Amino acid sequence: MLIKKPVDVRESEVTPQSWYVRRREFLQVAGSTAVAVAAGAAGPLFSGTSTVLAQNPAAQKLENLRKSALSTDEKLNSYRDVTTYNNFYEFGLDKGDPARYAGSLKPRPWSVVVEGQCGKPGNYNIEDIMKWFPLEERIYRMRCVEAWSMVIPWVGFPLADFVKRFEPTSKAKFVKFTTLVDTKQMPGQTEPALPWPYVEGLRMDEAMHPLTIMAVGLYGEVLPNQNGAPIRLVVPWKYGFKGIKSIVRVSFEESQPMNTWQRMRADEYGFYANVNPAVDHPRWSQASERRIGEFFKRRTLPFNGYADQVASLYAGMDLRRYY
Amino acid sequence: MTSTAAVRRIVKPVVFLAALGPFGWLVYNAFWGDLGVNPVETITNYTGIWTLRFIVITLAITPVRWLTGFNPLILFRRMTGLFAFFYGTLHFMTYFILDHSLVFAGVWDDVVKRPYITAGFTAFVLMIPLALTSTQGWIRRLGGRKWNLLHRLIYITAIGAVLHYFWKVKLDTTFPVYYGILVGVLFAARVWQRARKASPARVPVRANPGAPGL
Ligand code: HEM
Repeated sequence: MLIKKPVDVRESEVTPQSWYVRRREFLQVAGSTAVAVAAGAAGPLFSGTSTVLAQNPAAQKLENLRKSALSTDEKLNSYRDVTTYNNFYEFGLDKGDPARYAGSLKPRPWSVVVEGQCGKPGNYNIEDIMKWFPLEERIYRMRCVEAWSMVIPWVGFPLADFVKRFEPTSKAKFVKFTTLVDTKQMPGQTEPALPWPYVEGLRMDEAMHPLTIMAVGLYGEVLPNQNGAPIRLVVPWKYGFKGIKSIVRVSFEESQPMNTWQRMRADEYGFYANVNPAVDHPRWSQASERRIGEFFKRRTLPFNGYADQVASLYAGMDLRRYY
Repeated sequence: MTSTAAVRRIVKPVVFLAALGPFGWLVYNAFWGDLGVNPVETITNYTGIWTLRFIVITLAITPVRWLTGFNPLILFRRMTGLFAFFYGTLHFMTYFILDHSLVFAGVWDDVVKRPYITAGFTAFVLMIPLALTSTQGWIRRLGGRKWNLLHRLIYITAIGAVLHYFWKVKLDTTFPVYYGILVGVLFAARVWQRARKASPARVPVRANPGAPGL
């Protein structure tokens, strides 16, 4: 058939994760010494404690990453998968558009406004935010609402730690996140594809859950622009669209925020967006998914396989109604 | 006559090879190139859009013939129609094998539950009798009138195909709408031609014996 298998390339050193590239990349690698060095080095991704090796030679490395017991040991998707197949409509609707056009985004300097029902509102610099907490590597499954999935080695810190710093009051029941609006930096915003800015939200207990993180990197490097630089949300038991990117505003709210996709099409996308094989999208099935890199579909797991940790958050709720 | 013979002998093989081009592109990229991060999606979308393009090309042949008076165009209609079926089959098989592992119950489940698959499946299934009866033998066996009537199923296929595309996309309906407009224009041309034919002042276009009617 028309199918080509990914080629496994294992580094001979201690290699906690196997790293694979597609054949064309492999051939290119073989043909070019410079690239070969980079790809070879990509094998021992997190060997030891500090050296994290090149994915994108220009990117800043993130050092001294802690490992996490919450990480999955599933096979990682390649750096190319993670950084060239993105939904980030601020740069265009095609999945290749973010990688092509996100160069115009300037993730430094960057500040995040914190406001609403909290004791310490303010305007915080990204460089400072990244020093507040030890950075961890979190390898999570990511399930898109379009029925495909990846395994991604994020770098970040628990959202709970971030939230606690601002001393939310008892009135803070939800956290609302907002993406940058700037048509110069995000040319896709000149089109009214979505009502800009992109907005997402979590219930307070979801925000405080240990699985929920703010990511500032992936594959041991500073977050590439197309993946939501410099700071984004990752909630692994929810569909990918909950993972709002390039955040400029975090607000503690009394009432449930209206997230962008729900506003767009409330019958198709809800506030909760928990991965649920039993509740189909009105236009397609959510029972199975295609893991990028695989040819056949695999079954989708309730809460994306994180049910043991998170199902209790929704005890007694009708998940058909609160999709 | 000589121009028809030239078309048959030289232009037809060239067009045939050109129509195989998209298939060649897929095979080339599957083995020696690159089908992107999600190859299955690439194959599905690529074969899907080429199915639709060949449906539109097939529907365009008759109106373009009226417009230009270049009658040998009709010699290509069966070929483009069969290419639509060829790409449609690749498209359906990609879905049948890679999405449903050849289990038809899964396909049927989608057909009854998901409007975009209902539309696509209808479009595809209706192409099957057209492909089967595309031979001279079948035209003779059925007779021009019946054959003609049967082959009007292409209109339902075209509508189904556009709806399928329109309902499939998540947000950006620009291209489905373009294709919808194209199909609409090609339908309108037929209605218009019919109205003209009905008016007594006009000399009717001589029907082509091999491929009568619309
Ligand atoms: C005349 C018949 C058909 C035509 C013209 C057609 C055309 C198309 C087009 C244009 C697309 C979208 C391409 C894009 O978004 O770039 C598409 C997608 C798709 N088609 Fe069809 N199609 C037909 C029949 C079918 C049938 C019979 C099935 C299955 C029963 C099917 C299943 C699909 C699926 C699953 C997708 C979505 C792929 C994805 O989301 O990645 N199609 N088709």
